[in-house]
Amino acid sequence: MTPALSLPRKLTNAFMLSLTGVCTALVLGVLFFILGYIAYHGISALDWDFFTKLPKPVGEKGGGMANAIVGTVKLLGLASLIGVPIGFFGGVYLSEYGRKNTLGFLIRYAADLLNGIPSIVMGIFAYTIVVLPMKHFSTLAGGVALGVMMIPIAVRSTEEFLKLVPASIREAALALGLAEWKVISFVVIPTALRGIVTGVMLDLARVAGETAPLLFTAFSNRFWSRGWLEPTASLPVMIYTYAIAPYEDWHRQAWAAGLVLLILVLGANLLSRLILHRQLKG
Amino acid sequence: MARSSINPLTIGVSHRPGVSPADRLFRATVFTMALSVLVITGIIAYELYRNSRLPIEKFGGAFLWSTTWDPVAEQFGALPFLYGTLVSSALSLLIAVPVGLGVAIFLSELAPLWLSGPMAFLVELLAAIPSVIYGLVGIFVLVPWVRNFLEPALSGTLGFLPLFRGAPYGVGMLTAGLLLAMMVVPFIVSVSREILMAVPHSQREAVLSLGATRWEMVRVAVLPYARSGIMGSVFLALARALGETMAVTMVIGNRPEIRLSLFEPGYTMAAVIANEFTEATSDLYVQSLIEIGLVLFAVTILVNALARLLIYSVFTKVEVRE
Amino acid sequence: MKKLIVAAILLISLAGPAWAEPILINGAGATFPYPIYSKWFDEYAKINPDLHFNYQSIGSGGGIRQASESTVDFGATDGPMNDEQMSKAKVKLLHFPTVLGADVPTYNLPEVRGGLNFTPQALAGIFLGTITKWNDPELVKANPDAKLPEKLIIVVHRSDGSGTTYVWVDYLSKVSPEWKEKVGVGTSVNWPVGLGGKGNEGVAGLVKQTPYAIGYVELIYAEQNKMSYGQVQNSAGQFVKADLATVTAAAAGAVKTMPADFRVSITNASGEKAYPVASFTWLLIPEKISDPKKGKAIVEFLRWMLKDGQRLAPELLYAPLPKEVVAMEEQAIGQIKH
Repeated sequence: MTPALSLPRKLTNAFMLSLTGVCTALVLGVLFFILGYIAYHGISALDWDFFTKLPKPVGEKGGGMANAIVGTVKLLGLASLIGVPIGFFGGVYLSEYGRKNTLGFLIRYAADLLNGIPSIVMGIFAYTIVVLPMKHFSTLAGGVALGVMMIPIAVRSTEEFLKLVPASIREAALALGLAEWKVISFVVIPTALRGIVTGVMLDLARVAGETAPLLFTAFSNRFWSRGWLEPTASLPVMIYTYAIAPYEDWHRQAWAAGLVLLILVLGANLLSRLILHRQLKG
Repeated sequence: MARSSINPLTIGVSHRPGVSPADRLFRATVFTMALSVLVITGIIAYELYRNSRLPIEKFGGAFLWSTTWDPVAEQFGALPFLYGTLVSSALSLLIAVPVGLGVAIFLSELAPLWLSGPMAFLVELLAAIPSVIYGLVGIFVLVPWVRNFLEPALSGTLGFLPLFRGAPYGVGMLTAGLLLAMMVVPFIVSVSREILMAVPHSQREAVLSLGATRWEMVRVAVLPYARSGIMGSVFLALARALGETMAVTMVIGNRPEIRLSLFEPGYTMAAVIANEFTEATSDLYVQSLIEIGLVLFAVTILVNALARLLIYSVFTKVEVRE
Repeated sequence: MKKLIVAAILLISLAGPAWAEPILINGAGATFPYPIYSKWFDEYAKINPDLHFNYQSIGSGGGIRQASESTVDFGATDGPMNDEQMSKAKVKLLHFPTVLGADVPTYNLPEVRGGLNFTPQALAGIFLGTITKWNDPELVKANPDAKLPEKLIIVVHRSDGSGTTYVWVDYLSKVSPEWKEKVGVGTSVNWPVGLGGKGNEGVAGLVKQTPYAIGYVELIYAEQNKMSYGQVQNSAGQFVKADLATVTAAAAGAVKTMPADFRVSITNASGEKAYPVASFTWLLIPEKISDPKKGKAIVEFLRWMLKDGQRLAPELLYAPLPKEVVAMEEQAIGQIKH
């Protein structure tokens, strides 16, 4: 016979379970608070100037972050140029050639290692190999730091999505007489492409918000940064610089920049979920 | 979906006339790129070490337990930063682990499936928010709240403890721990949720059939089974907390001192590098900062490795059992 | 698709602007003169649209370091480089004073209206951590009418390498033997107490947001943010508030004995009206500039700065350079080889 359910046990049960509900409400509450707060302060601060004007001299009101927005786009572009090919082909290797061999194991391990490196340390690395030899800060250095940070996630997500492609598809293509490289390039990869693209998108979103590696690589710039060899302003660094300053107008602009950055990052996350969701369904 | 254990690309290789040059080129490209991942990782470790030579030679092991950070006298010791990093991270875990676990349990055991997925997604969004934005909210919302409400409340009630003594600065170890907790909770939640959902139903049903309440089932059947995986999620969260730079430096007060009270300002390894790197006026100074980066690198790698091991072990346990 | 976007971005940025190619000259350093420098560079860009001076205020320590390593074209500092730093620099750097400024003790006391008087002992004690409360006798003595609360003083200092710090601790070392022995002088020191803020901006930000806090910032930062700041007692015993007149008075004595390399400290200057925590601030220019276009641009800017630039200084509460110093500098510009 099962023992009767005593009151203390019932109470404990109700209490603990509702506690978990409280925790969930707390965590979701924090999320909505942050989003709401930034949306509220950011929207009132966003104006046309923000997107089109350069920053004004210290202490003067107005100006915008046009150069920071372009700077972030350039940095991300350069980062993709470095991170995506290496990450993509690394993933291809791991999935198509290196599933069980030692090199595959080592590369997977290295990717995990890279992923765990704090972003500030990546900044030091890019400083020592790009800024010091070149003797000045540059978009290139910032792009290198961010690009290397992109590699591990690109590798692993490419690998995972390629592995999802069923063996039957590969076998069918080979049976038709296609060369190995054609099978991989024209059959396997296109099948997994959607997933790979979302992986890259998430990767970019993660790296777009990074500030620490840019502090001593891309540095900052009050003007437009031309080409790749000049220092450049970027959204995250501007947010940091403006937030710790005492000027109210700068705080206002920091919220606006925070909102833009958040929309970019969360938008990419939402978009990739939608794409994957549709792929799984259809 | 059955996983073929034979590489489908090499099936029938012996019947093929040979690998074409195009295939060779393709393989070579892929191989080189993949190898570069390894090479880059090696270069990073090497560069960090190479650029830390001066302080390693001058201070040796004492670097790790000296508390002096004096750029004028050129004496550098990393202990205050190690302390700050460890304490702020530990504090964040103290808050994030129970709360995160609570959320994970809610999402895996209580919430209906149609709600659990979207909610889990929302929690993961917390992980996507950039650190500098946490810092932004930290400075303008958390710090005043801690200064005007939390710290006075704590010193009023628990002020006899040395942990809660001192002036309410607003910025300090407590605020940093709170902010970090918010940032690492999603890691605990998403991994623990996966782990909890991987616990086989047989376990739960066995206990329930004996008359346990829902909570007792979780406590007795699910959690112990998932223990190492949850530990793994904790280590993952720890690794993230250890390396956090921007949000921490914006709210921790930036003071290289070891103090017992959580109200006091502190400094972490990542924060000191961010603040002082571009301004270090001597080679020894810069390289001491780089050595701190090296220590941070080593610690995070260790913690990450432990995390993977622990999480992996749960899934192999599941596979073996089923 | 991604490749198309990447190619497009590459093309756009490599193609460069269709308009005239401005020369970008990078500088970094002190936050102390940042407001006047950013005003200058802005104004100068209006006169010479093809020249862009990009100045990042990362602190004097950063200015010295980056200029020494040649990662920037010029540096800026309010703490002059010492002989050891100059010998270690990769290039020979020349100091050029630009304006005079002042460090003020700024505080956040809701109960107190008007400026407080600070004796040297009070300031040294506060920053040493020996004076911990606002109603300490040393402070009350100098401010008998103020309602000083019995609250803990929250000290704020710089977390980065700073010339503003250099000026402040240089002054403290001169007036307090205890400070000189325990802490010393430098752009970055081992502070006995206090929170660290990044840049003058960071310190002002922290003090502004933290009740009962005190910090030291360059005058214009306190003014622009409408923060209270106090009077400091000078060597003649007078409590002096920092402004154009008192800062200029501080430099008057130094003018007669200005060394050829312009490295001089004017803290705790003699004179009834002299403000005791004033300082020159310098641009660090390499003696030899390899790029002739940049070299020409920098030299012309320096000449502009010594004439028209000086006129813009008072508006931002920086005292213009004494005539004699300007004359010396115009001569010294000839040393720059481009």
